[in-house]
Amino acid sequence: MNTWLTPFHYDYMVTALWTCTLIGGVCGLLSGFITLKGWSLMGDALSHAVVPGVALAYLAGLPFALGAFTSGLLAAGAMALVKMKTPVREDAVIGIVFTSFFALGLLLISLFPSRVDLKSIIFGNILGISAGDVLQVVIVSGLCLLVIALKWRDLLLFCFDPNQARTLGLPVGFLHVLLLLLLSATAVAALQAVGAILVIAVLVTPGATAYLLTDRFGVLLLLGAGIGAVTAFVGAYASYFFDGETGGCIVTLQTLVFLTALVFAPKHGLLAGRRSRNRLCLLKGVTSP
Amino acid sequence: MPPAPVPAAAPTETPLLLEAAGVTVTYNNGHTALRDASFRLEGGTICALVGVNGSGKSTLFKALMGFVKPTSGQVAIDHQPVRAAQRRSWVAYVPQAEEVDWSFPVSVHDVVMMGRYGYMNFLRTPRAADREAVAESLQRVGMWEFRDRQIGELSGGQKKRVFVARALAQRGRIILLDEPFTGVDVKTEEAIIALLRELRSEGRLILVSTHNLGSVPEFCDQVVLINRTVLAYGPTAEVFTSANLTRAFGGSLRHFDLAQSTVQDHDGHHITVLTDDERPLVLGKSGHLEYLGRAGREKLISEREENPDAK
Repeated sequence: MNTWLTPFHYDYMVTALWTCTLIGGVCGLLSGFITLKGWSLMGDALSHAVVPGVALAYLAGLPFALGAFTSGLLAAGAMALVKMKTPVREDAVIGIVFTSFFALGLLLISLFPSRVDLKSIIFGNILGISAGDVLQVVIVSGLCLLVIALKWRDLLLFCFDPNQARTLGLPVGFLHVLLLLLLSATAVAALQAVGAILVIAVLVTPGATAYLLTDRFGVLLLLGAGIGAVTAFVGAYASYFFDGETGGCIVTLQTLVFLTALVFAPKHGLLAGRRSRNRLCLLKGVTSP
Repeated sequence: MPPAPVPAAAPTETPLLLEAAGVTVTYNNGHTALRDASFRLEGGTICALVGVNGSGKSTLFKALMGFVKPTSGQVAIDHQPVRAAQRRSWVAYVPQAEEVDWSFPVSVHDVVMMGRYGYMNFLRTPRAADREAVAESLQRVGMWEFRDRQIGELSGGQKKRVFVARALAQRGRIILLDEPFTGVDVKTEEAIIALLRELRSEGRLILVSTHNLGSVPEFCDQVVLINRTVLAYGPTAEVFTSANLTRAFGGSLRHFDLAQSTVQDHDGHHITVLTDDERPLVLGKSGHLEYLGRAGREKLISEREENPDAK
């Protein structure tokens, strides 16, 4: 019997592997929009802001996704409100609101330690995920995939040139909220795989990696999804052998892929940049420094 | 069943009417950027929107495009609210270079296709008519060979032409250009002006926001002068006068009065004007416009020689 196949003999590992792959793929797909829109900080904020919702949902016996989603939207609403009503800068507003939510979440969890597991919310618990939670992840991911498949071109225009979207009469406010909803939803799904702290990594790194590798938006989206799915699968698979935290494995792997792209990307990599500088220097008849 | 043909707005319909009536815009912070601005323009004209920074130029642009809702007054396009014109893709906008993220992973072709969204279905899948419109527009601005380039890999003039092509592909009947000649080489500037003239003859309304005063009389038929409100509007020859410009610009325009200067008679007419504007505005003794080139204006020169004091 091949030891490399052992993880597939355990039902919990098989569930973890395909759930991670699904989550990684969906987050990777959305990460293209998040990195290009410059919403990374917003994604980080939302992924922390869902914590009190998850805690309350577990306490009340409700679906975790419902609690997380509501909590995330409340945070997004609070940020928008504070930003609109005060002259405080946006990054400060985001900083204040998400830490408040996160603190509230920690407090709730510490008050009821026997009923909510702090570690599984903060670091994820894909190996011990319940069937109900898997179902929620599948529903949330499916909805996100559907929305992106139908509306990615509108979202592209919204990210690239909101003014053009507006002059064509596209509902820009709605698209803004839609992207925010997608971000919250994927953050909720990713919570199960990598935990609240690392959600932002899977929502940004694949997109940033793909950005280095292509100049085509459609390709970037698919590449981001592919990188997200493959790293999530391999990371979860490797975590079995390392006996390490799944989230840690996945995100470390994504970082390695990003670094590889950063150095070796054909056009935007560091080496390519040096090559083209050298070529330019040669053309001008000087030696490179 | 084949899809229904896309109803593209024919460019040579009856000229459309753009009216601003008593437009006042007060922002949330209480700042009134524009007060009681009124003017009326018809298609088939190139009109300059002239004013200093902070005069409400961009606010007026935003009101015309429906980005800000006037606190009072209204903008009407063909007697309908801006919203209705937007839904027909009538209003096209060519942004300033700084407004665009040039590192965004989109090609020249992708950007021009963004002008076609209003004609597309729910999924925004381009159809043959959309692809044709994009190809035709790119050819018209001479950017077809560059269609697969990422937009950041273009020169300043090429970048501008891509966004003009997008307005063409959109079949906009009102085209707003924000500082179109900033960072653009002279050749492109001339090409764009020639194109704008063609669009004018097709009955479109071209509105150009510019600080480049000297170029205004060269290619604009009409002028809207603004300083927190519309000071004057109408044909360039009537509106673009020394007196009006002084009102619009207050003390921010520099004057160089030859009569008061150390320029002496033996210098003749040979004076070199250096300015940070590509085209400085030069006014004659009686306030008439002086042009950069003599070509095509021989009649004007002979008239002035016969009657030197007439405007």
